[in-house]
Amino acid sequence: MKHLNGRMAAVFLFGLAVLFLAAVTAAGWGFEEEALVTDFSRKNLEPCGQYLFGTDWLGRDMFIRTLTGLSMSIRIGLLAAGVSSVLALILGTLAATMGKTVDGVITWLIDLVMGIPHILLLILISYALGKGFKGVVIGVALTHWTSLARVIRGEVLQLKEALFIRTAQKLGATKFEIVWKHMLPHLFPQFLVGLILTFPHAILHEASITFLGFGLPPEQPAIGIILSESMKYLAMGRWWLALFPGLLLVFTVVLFDVAGESLRRLLDPGSAHR
Amino acid sequence: MEEKKVILDIRNFSVSFEQYEKGFRKTGLPVIRNLDVTIREGEMVAVVGSSGSGKSLLAHGILGILPYNATMGGELVYDGELLTKERQKALRGNEIVLVPQSVAFLDPLMKIGPQIRKGKKDQASREKLNGIFEGYHLKNEVQELYPFELSGGMNRRVLVSTAMMGNPRLVIADEPTPGLHMAMVRRVMSHFRELADQGAGVLLITHDLEQALEVADRVVVFYAGTTVEDADAKDFRSEETLRHPYSKALWRALPQNGFQFIRGTQPYVKDLPEGCPFGPRCEWYTEACKGEISCREVRGGRVRCVRAV
Amino acid sequence: MVSWLPWPVIRERNFVKEHFIFVGKQAVRMVLLVFFVSLAAFVLVSVSPLDPLQANVGQAALGSMSQEQIAKLQTYWGVDEPPVERFLAWAGDFFRGDMGLSLLYRQPVAKVIGVKLANSLWLMAIAWILSGAVGFVLGILAGLREGSLLDKVIKGYSLLIASTPAFWLALVLLMIFAVWLKVLPIGLSVPIGVEAAGVTVADRIQHAILPAITLSITGIANITLHTREKMVEIMESDYVLFARARGESTFSIVKNHVLRNVLLPALTLQFAAISEIFGGSVLVEQTFSYPGLGQAAVTAGLGSDVPLLLGITVISALFVFGGNLIANILYGVIDPRIRRGGAGA
Repeated sequence: MKHLNGRMAAVFLFGLAVLFLAAVTAAGWGFEEEALVTDFSRKNLEPCGQYLFGTDWLGRDMFIRTLTGLSMSIRIGLLAAGVSSVLALILGTLAATMGKTVDGVITWLIDLVMGIPHILLLILISYALGKGFKGVVIGVALTHWTSLARVIRGEVLQLKEALFIRTAQKLGATKFEIVWKHMLPHLFPQFLVGLILTFPHAILHEASITFLGFGLPPEQPAIGIILSESMKYLAMGRWWLALFPGLLLVFTVVLFDVAGESLRRLLDPGSAHR
Repeated sequence: MEEKKVILDIRNFSVSFEQYEKGFRKTGLPVIRNLDVTIREGEMVAVVGSSGSGKSLLAHGILGILPYNATMGGELVYDGELLTKERQKALRGNEIVLVPQSVAFLDPLMKIGPQIRKGKKDQASREKLNGIFEGYHLKNEVQELYPFELSGGMNRRVLVSTAMMGNPRLVIADEPTPGLHMAMVRRVMSHFRELADQGAGVLLITHDLEQALEVADRVVVFYAGTTVEDADAKDFRSEETLRHPYSKALWRALPQNGFQFIRGTQPYVKDLPEGCPFGPRCEWYTEACKGEISCREVRGGRVRCVRAV
Repeated sequence: MVSWLPWPVIRERNFVKEHFIFVGKQAVRMVLLVFFVSLAAFVLVSVSPLDPLQANVGQAALGSMSQEQIAKLQTYWGVDEPPVERFLAWAGDFFRGDMGLSLLYRQPVAKVIGVKLANSLWLMAIAWILSGAVGFVLGILAGLREGSLLDKVIKGYSLLIASTPAFWLALVLLMIFAVWLKVLPIGLSVPIGVEAAGVTVADRIQHAILPAITLSITGIANITLHTREKMVEIMESDYVLFARARGESTFSIVKNHVLRNVLLPALTLQFAAISEIFGGSVLVEQTFSYPGLGQAAVTAGLGSDVPLLLGITVISALFVFGGNLIANILYGVIDPRIRRGGAGA
């Protein structure tokens, strides 16, 4: 076989994404100290062999700063995406199993969250929580659960009609037992794909809200902070301050988007032929 | 009897799909193998097989509209010449027409009239359609309706009308009477009979042997992707005149013959037995059935069974 | 499965009336949603540990206000009143058109929003139309032949852009056009140091080009991807299969069937995009320091200008839900399955 077929590509991509994630997170941890080291003897250097991404006005190595920032973003993204997906799982399942009123309330909640532009809602939540780390995580978590919740709700509604669930009902299983023992295993693939696809969006929004000044404090070398700082030096022609950190961020997001999409196609039973 | 001109000869036709097995291996999944059908002018041939046996793919294969991941094999000879992709393109919708199962095959957002005319607005196509509608006792107002507004009775006639816009010499009717009651079936079938009597070859693809016997001249029995018997419709009057054990089983399952069903189900294409696909359900199954089984002439019909005499 | 009715069903229904009822219900729903959005936003700013009065105390804002105005601020944001009453007081005034005073701009919120919105509407309208039109065409081209080279290029481009934060795209464009090529100005909607009256339309346009392009590029990606998905669905539909069986060419299929069927979802998409454009404008305006509604939202959030933040939230929710409402109404007008009766699609 000359070309990778769809399945191999999906697994390969997924492996690559996880590897990349692990590497960046580890590097970020390792370089945490170094990222803050200033050295005026090497300030404002363009990218070169020694400083891949150049240095900034304080002589900080931008490559290390970017890695640390990205690892920070990844950690926040993972946390927020995790919380968001679990929230989606719980609310989606509740909407589908707890009767009309609960379903109505949750559907309303979804409409409500979708009615405020994401960034604006993030600003509001961040403001409500007094800005900072907590605000970002909770804000991103609270704004990203809606679409997955809809998917889960639909899935559970379908499952409810499935024969094995009906049989379990007739055998006297409680609602909780049915959801826990019989439905959750079936929801897991959807949940996993949802989690993976939420993650890049969580990173994007974390970076955006931090860029605007609502997220992490300026001492943190987060990607949003780095890019926000770079703006001041843009007019002086220090393009590398903005270009490379952004590129790496985009790369991370694309990687997980593509990996998540291919995983979704893989798990979709209709895609056996591709 | 004078031999009529063969309009379509399907020889050793096959369709397979690419699919993943467990893990990463891609394999071809043969949905149709060894299908042979001959249709003559003015003749109505029914291909009878149970639902989900891939019969529709035969229609799509003849028209050249199989999905991209399907591969076609064998030979199609139309009007004495090989039916190439280019000819399929040129002929479909004109000389070779398809009558689909239901109005779900019509664009839900396009009015009936323009849709049947394929968007053409010239006087000639308008007049032609008006004439066709008149022939089927459809009011001209129906042309202004959307597919969802059609009543059950109009549905069928509208679908048959789509075929009449060209100059059909070969009509393929793919399961044209799903879930209809017998009176309606007879009416729909009479439309196709009419087309055949006017000289077109009609290929009726159906799961319902009873319907097929009402109107068809010949019946091709299709089992697990293979044609097992090609018989004159008259042969279905008694069990003895039939040749293949599966055809006989189908005969016994007819209401007037006692509704006797045989055990088991059709095998999935992946788990086909060696040799005769019907083998495991056949009461005369022998060692000889495990080999390659070719098609033989028996008593004026054709059969794919080593035992048939 | 389709059910087969032996006889035509006689439908003696008044569809115009039914449609009005439908629209009425949708409108009520919209009003309720806006109400709940304001409530939620109010709760969020109320629970904040940041006290808007404290944050802005000593600032010129409070000093220059009349006693009456300060008293009103305290009713809304003070700690003495129970929260429910505070909300009702604020909502009541809001409903009457009094959105309160902006603490940072020292002007009525309504006025600030009016000015900023006028600046932003330019941008957003251009981006909305451009991204809708270009996204629609690209989506159709890509979905027409799924898996073709063109599809791969368009899809790849859209996925890339969808993964690119709007503010970074803005930075990159700034680098290219303003810093490197020096053909477009760096920021602000008008040249610095020029009197408001001296600002020409040309100036305005020149300063809006980059923000508008950024916003459009971001919007295109999403519309393209969604349109493409719908296209793939349509191309795999039974009616396209049958059209092909009837010998219709690809061109004819697009003209007769594809455009009709993709238009409805595209419409919904287009109106749903309002929310994204609003969100995108916050980031883009901030990057280009374009004095629009988005930048005002950031300023209000950072400066604890709660009345302004709430005002912007409610206005943007009005736009988003209003867009949905229009989409729903248009759907009813265009889709014959709804317009001409039937059980609905």
